[in-house]
Amino acid sequence: MSQLLVDVVRERFGSAVLESHAQHGDETIVVHPANWKEVARFLRDEPRAQMNMLVDLTAVDYPEREPRFEVVAHYLSLQKGHRLRVKARIGDADGDDAEIDSLADLWGSANWMEREAWDMFGINFLGHPDLRRILMYPEFEGHPLRRDYPADKIQPLVPYREVDNIEKLPPFGAEEGMSFGRQTHIQSGEED
Amino acid sequence: MGEVKATTQTTLEVGEGAGGFATTQVTALTHWAQKYSLFMYPFVTACCGMEFMSVTSPRYDLSRFGAEAPRFSPRQSDLLWVVGTISQRQAPVLKRIYEQMAPPKWVIAFGTCASCGGFYDNYTTVAGIDKIVPCDVYIPGCPPRPEAVLDGLLLLMDKIQSGSKDPAIVKPRTDPVTSQSHGLIKLRRGRDSMV
Repeated sequence: MSQLLVDVVRERFGSAVLESHAQHGDETIVVHPANWKEVARFLRDEPRAQMNMLVDLTAVDYPEREPRFEVVAHYLSLQKGHRLRVKARIGDADGDDAEIDSLADLWGSANWMEREAWDMFGINFLGHPDLRRILMYPEFEGHPLRRDYPADKIQPLVPYREVDNIEKLPPFGAEEGMSFGRQTHIQSGEED
Repeated sequence: MGEVKATTQTTLEVGEGAGGFATTQVTALTHWAQKYSLFMYPFVTACCGMEFMSVTSPRYDLSRFGAEAPRFSPRQSDLLWVVGTISQRQAPVLKRIYEQMAPPKWVIAFGTCASCGGFYDNYTTVAGIDKIVPCDVYIPGCPPRPEAVLDGLLLLMDKIQSGSKDPAIVKPRTDPVTSQSHGLIKLRRGRDSMV
């Protein structure tokens, strides 16, 4: 069903679409990481696509490959009912320069999902408004879902953190979330 | 059940008058009072909480043993139930709650995750709450049956009575339904032969 959609993207971006395949009825395209955000914006605004929902954004670590990481985004059009999975491959063997454009200003849902991908895989989303850990605590070292993270490594226990202004606590930002929360993150302005 | 046995002696002597008297030790009396009036603080984080609800509800009825009243302030409670998985991120909170409890205080690790981390052998889980707080009784099981929890509580009561500080583990016991020697099969046979 979405094969037409793949053709639309190919027609617009040409060789930036590196490959495409379909599995279990879901179309997948692999794009060049430099075009990551342009493809996303095109899929959102193009009338034939109308991908107005970013369902999921995550990453996969393939340590034997070069580039090592695959960033995966799942798009859904609520009007047209079609889906598309878009991937981009980034990062060298050490996982240092794993960088890709942030989609947080296109879809609000990308904000926390990109923070999760940063937390678990250490992928740096350029232009993200508030890129910090979302699941692990700030003292945590490394990125636990990378394949070279030692499986039996146990990090030291963290001390109890006193928080003065208890009304609006991170991990929620100033404008999001509930009026109460957990005392596990320092304010984003106080980091570094 | 565990091996902890009461060591103090209480003797009852009947005197000449109407009342009579009993001699005992002050520690034995206070331990006796403490073990039948445990105010508990349930620190419930995971699926073991379902079994905790079961064991505190009327069918298994934890309040038979004096551990009736849950106190949702650690300052008013004696017994900390750690029910479920403790993550590295929760560890300082659990430690703070333990520190807020006034002595005498006891800790029960409810379930395998609280006892040793269980199968969560990973970067985010604390491998047993004894890494954070001292633990008195371990109740293994995933989750433990309510009978095992009752065993654990009785084990703790024995420990309180004897003043023991050694950690104790609830041992598995035979299921009377499947056990041939003590089971229902034998009871049914006996009933049949009586008829």
